[in-house]
Amino acid sequence: MPAAGVVMIIAVVLIVAAVVVFLVGTILALQKITTWLDEAIAGVVGIIEKTAPVGDVVKSINTNLDAGVDLLEGLLVKKAGMEDAVGLVDGLYPGAAAAGFRNFPDSATTTAPRISEVYTKGTLTLARLGREAPIAAASPNGPALRNAASGSAAALALYPGGRPPRGPSPSLPRSPVIGTDSPEQYEQRDDIGQPRRRMPAGTATVEKEEG
Amino acid sequence: MILEWIGDAILLLVLLPVVVYLLFGVLRAANSIVPSVQQIARSAHAGSQDLDAAALLLTTQDQVAKTIEAAANYGGSLDVIVDDA
Repeated sequence: MPAAGVVMIIAVVLIVAAVVVFLVGTILALQKITTWLDEAIAGVVGIIEKTAPVGDVVKSINTNLDAGVDLLEGLLVKKAGMEDAVGLVDGLYPGAAAAGFRNFPDSATTTAPRISEVYTKGTLTLARLGREAPIAAASPNGPALRNAASGSAAALALYPGGRPPRGPSPSLPRSPVIGTDSPEQYEQRDDIGQPRRRMPAGTATVEKEEG
Repeated sequence: MILEWIGDAILLLVLLPVVVYLLFGVLRAANSIVPSVQQIARSAHAGSQDLDAAALLLTTQDQVAKTIEAAANYGGSLDVIVDDA
């Protein structure tokens, strides 16, 4: 065989060997990819299965919440009136008055009374649950019904009969003096300094048996 | 004879390097995909585990329904005991 033919065979073998080596490496890499893709697909399928009922559940939750919002808004407007209702909601959730109530388009244009500047949220909530007169009758253009910073005048209203004077009141009895050197000893015991009383024999026996 | 040597030279100096270069590129691309696919698989697995709490939405659904029902009853009572504006 001529030398050129031998070299050609060697060249072809080298080419085939290179193709085999690289293709085997590629096959191994693709097998890894397939394995990991199977795991990825399993995870994605799990995500799909777990999120499948979410849409219906969330829709149901939103439906119930919408019904609750409609109910509470309607009740609030019915009981407090549009202006006080807007003021109450704006007091509890600042800025909510701009959006207004969903079922009351006029509420968006209603000027919210400054209820939150007059009452705290707790008072506000309790006040709206009571039978009192509208608490923001003079608002929004009038003065605040109670100034939180200097509310002493409002506090005086808590004492219809006049505020009690400061210091000890003459109509009230003095507080008793207590202690070992007090003039009046309460619950004086007659067995102090006396020999210790012995318990009845039967009682001691019973206690011992019980112990 | 000369043509045979020229063919041998072309095989060894041109064809073999080209084949090696191309196949090495394919192998490198395939190996570079593996880490990305592994990351995707781990992310999908973690996302699937995170969604285990999605079943609690059913509890939330029941609780919301009960809460709204209680609020409706409360509102009905308020409607009776509180005067209208």
